[in-house]
Amino acid sequence: MAILSKDDAHTLLKKVLSYSTADECAASLRGRTAGNIRYARNSVSTAGAQDSVSLAVEARFGKRSGVATCNEFDEATLRRCVQRAEEIAKLAPESPEYVPFIGPQTYLSPPSSATTLLTAATRAQAAAESMTLCAAKNLSAAGFLDGGTRFVAQRNSKGQEAYQQSTNTDFSVTVRTADGKGSGYAIADVTDPAKLNAKNITERAANKALSSVNAKAIEPGKYTVILEPAALMAGDDLSLLGGLVYSMGAREADEGRSFLSKKGGGNRKGEKLFDERITIYSDPMNAEVPGNAFDDDGLPTKRQTWIDKGVVKDLFYTRFWAQKNNVPATAYPNGFIMAGGTQSTADLIKGTAKGILVTRLWYIREVDPQTLLYTGLTRDGTFYIENGKIKFPIKNLRFNESPIIMLNNIEAIGKPQRLAGCLVPPLKIRDFTFTSLSDAI
Amino acid sequence: MKRRDFVGLSGLAAGALFIPNIPSFAGNLVDPARLLEPGVDAAMKKRLADAGLNAAKAAGATYADVRIGRSLNQNVFTREKQVQGITSTESYGVGVRVIANGTWGFAATNNVTEAGIAKAAQLAVQIAKANSKVQKEQVKLAPVKGHGEVAWKTPIQQNAFEVPIKDKVDLLLSVNAKALEMGASFINSTIQQVNEQKYFASTDGSYIDQDIHRIYPSFGVTAIDRASGKFRTRQALSSPMGLGYEYLSPKAADKIAGPAGSDVVGYKNSYDMLEDVASATKQVKQKLTAKSVTPGKYDLVLDPHHLGLTIHESVGHPLELDRVLGYEANYAGTSFATLEWKAKNIPYGSKLVNIVADKLQPGSLGAVGFDDEGVKTKQWDLIKEGKLVDYEKIRDQAHMVGQNESDGCCYAQSWQDVQFQRMPNVSLQPGKTKLSVDELVKNVDKGIYIAGNGSFSIDQQRFNFQFGGQVFYAIEKGQITGMLEDVAYQANTQEFWNSCAAVCDQSDYRLFGAFNDGKGQPSQSSAVSHGSATTRFNGVNVINTARKIG
Repeated sequence: MAILSKDDAHTLLKKVLSYSTADECAASLRGRTAGNIRYARNSVSTAGAQDSVSLAVEARFGKRSGVATCNEFDEATLRRCVQRAEEIAKLAPESPEYVPFIGPQTYLSPPSSATTLLTAATRAQAAAESMTLCAAKNLSAAGFLDGGTRFVAQRNSKGQEAYQQSTNTDFSVTVRTADGKGSGYAIADVTDPAKLNAKNITERAANKALSSVNAKAIEPGKYTVILEPAALMAGDDLSLLGGLVYSMGAREADEGRSFLSKKGGGNRKGEKLFDERITIYSDPMNAEVPGNAFDDDGLPTKRQTWIDKGVVKDLFYTRFWAQKNNVPATAYPNGFIMAGGTQSTADLIKGTAKGILVTRLWYIREVDPQTLLYTGLTRDGTFYIENGKIKFPIKNLRFNESPIIMLNNIEAIGKPQRLAGCLVPPLKIRDFTFTSLSDAI
Repeated sequence: MKRRDFVGLSGLAAGALFIPNIPSFAGNLVDPARLLEPGVDAAMKKRLADAGLNAAKAAGATYADVRIGRSLNQNVFTREKQVQGITSTESYGVGVRVIANGTWGFAATNNVTEAGIAKAAQLAVQIAKANSKVQKEQVKLAPVKGHGEVAWKTPIQQNAFEVPIKDKVDLLLSVNAKALEMGASFINSTIQQVNEQKYFASTDGSYIDQDIHRIYPSFGVTAIDRASGKFRTRQALSSPMGLGYEYLSPKAADKIAGPAGSDVVGYKNSYDMLEDVASATKQVKQKLTAKSVTPGKYDLVLDPHHLGLTIHESVGHPLELDRVLGYEANYAGTSFATLEWKAKNIPYGSKLVNIVADKLQPGSLGAVGFDDEGVKTKQWDLIKEGKLVDYEKIRDQAHMVGQNESDGCCYAQSWQDVQFQRMPNVSLQPGKTKLSVDELVKNVDKGIYIAGNGSFSIDQQRFNFQFGGQVFYAIEKGQITGMLEDVAYQANTQEFWNSCAAVCDQSDYRLFGAFNDGKGQPSQSSAVSHGSATTRFNGVNVINTARKIG
């Protein structure tokens, strides 16, 4: 039941809309069928499955709006859900930020999703391969594999209708040495689970764990760093690049409370804020990271550039803020692509006289929204580079750095790799600021 | 932020369908009146639970527990002169956890019928049996005696769900009006309420009915200097609490002044939102012109609303036994406070550091009668006179540290998530000798007083941390001399707690709360309180966080 076909979804939504007596009505269905397995100390700890579908109805009378949801779809429940949304709307205050629902739209068709999915047995098999590999090397694996299919369908009384199905599988593993003196990490996410090789990913983490044993302390300070994609983007936490791109809201900038606010008022769209080699865009049609065809408001996504050769090209405009400023609204993409070159991380290391290789950054928090200063720490594989070679593992370090400053200190940009639904290249950065040492392994 | 939450940026104000903005476990959006309807009675829940327990045993489980959960949430969001959103949600369903072949299995359903629960129980047993094939460590539970049919309720005076939404909106809009009238550029304010109605039954013979309440009023007030482009925000000094709406009826006895010259007021068991927004607006404007700190070593005087988060990160988390044992290695991390480290008897802190874990404390977020695996809750010592004496444990961990009793730290954020080990309330005990904040500050030669919690970050083994705050005041020769900005301190957990030089007495003690503490994969949220009195730490490294961008 969790994944409805396009026809079934729209039949249901049509029925829901027909029950409404409101001035405007919109209904959407979301469903997900997914499963996960979690392990630690080379043993399974928990496993779970999710199979859910939910209907949301928004009814509007003038500028008053009400929303209700349900996850049963018999006629009586559907009618009650619509009625509840209408009752809530009638009691609600008028919204000063009211924007009418959109009418019919044309949507792109991002590359289709996978047809074969992981099952409880294949998930257990992947976890077993990861654990067996580590046990054989006297290492301890802790990992998480989570994946499935989701769909979204939308329909409103102005004639807009949309449907999309997508698949995604995420896998990450931390491998530690038996004495706790070495730790390594690797992560991957794929649209098609057939492309996920848990064993190879675990092998990468295991090698990092083994080579990170007996780390030496270095003095904190400014260093040239090579940040691997997992140090730039995280699926489940704040990250240097994700934090930057997702902070590009036009409203906050115009209101004067963003790093994109201009002295005296307005925003910094059109200004060159980054190195000219920096280009960041979204493209739902990219075959490697297919995106969402539409956002929650039903706006169609398209290829859209946020930063072009270092210049702030566009900001995110909600429908309300766009209307107020007489500009087109931005469809929210579910990922982004940072343009890069052809060099691998290994190539970047070869070209480095002195520097630090960072596998992963952790517990990143914003220190100052004015400058987008972030703090956080290296984790699970930090190495000193000399004359183009990894010389020795080093102890973890805390950084205090702004991605804006970082993207002005570019030495080299590598080949983009998929991470958390985005394409992110490894970056070589000069003068990256580390402020203290950590004993954590 | 999760990639899939990207769409959430469109925000409530955009009028988008609300689903992406509500956590998946929160349930369905309902009419507010629905939140006042009673749930199913205890006799019916017992019948439903027994159907699950019997089905699990019949399928081969050696242990089973059934949690019938009804979670109610109501959130009111406003900004400036407008209501941004009011959401009332209800989530209702059942989670069944079993042990079969020495392995855990879990399944959940929102089909709350005897047949539906029995089916979930059978699925949980199937999963346990499937996973037992790749399982290396057999589950071993610390014994728990069945409690029979019992009930527990958060001792609230006024159920916040019974207060008309209009009253909440009026309060928030008057808070916003106060800030705007005093010259704030922007203000956001919220009231969040939670009611967890939980029924737990297990094959040990427990049938536990609990009714748990939490409330969290909060705001963020922003001042902007358009000419320089500088902006600053001051967040509320409220705490999320295990209280009803009475938390929002301020009482003079619950107000505690900060040191003379600081203009800070802290709150105990009731909160004066209008008073706090007035001082916040005054302070946020001062922040725009405050002196930028000179980096170096300072003696820090930390107020309880700030220190609570430092306790949370540097004591609460490293003493979670699942981290210590490696179960969280892939995400939240492990801990420096390993069993081997504990055996060395290295001081965690100075002799003044007495830290207790507590699942009973009235008004706290972690207070319950029984945890989510039917263990009666208690209070116990974690750190005694600076020495680590114990961890935070649940039933399947106790034997790993040679103990035979759970601490009652098991929690699941909803019926559809499996329960696991979470942090109890962890609090620094106040000093035993009389000491006021003014007396404490009087002896500081070069220091900084920090109130409210700001930016926070700590490594995955809980050695190195960095904290900011909401307001910072310079202390020179025992006097507060003015406001500072761009302050953050960095320390090592053990060095920091060993530098603890003075703790104010009981009269200054109050609770800080973490409303949404995240842990686990998939991540689950829990709420926990941390009590302390204003405390002094000597010679801590302070950095300046000001930067220049193009």
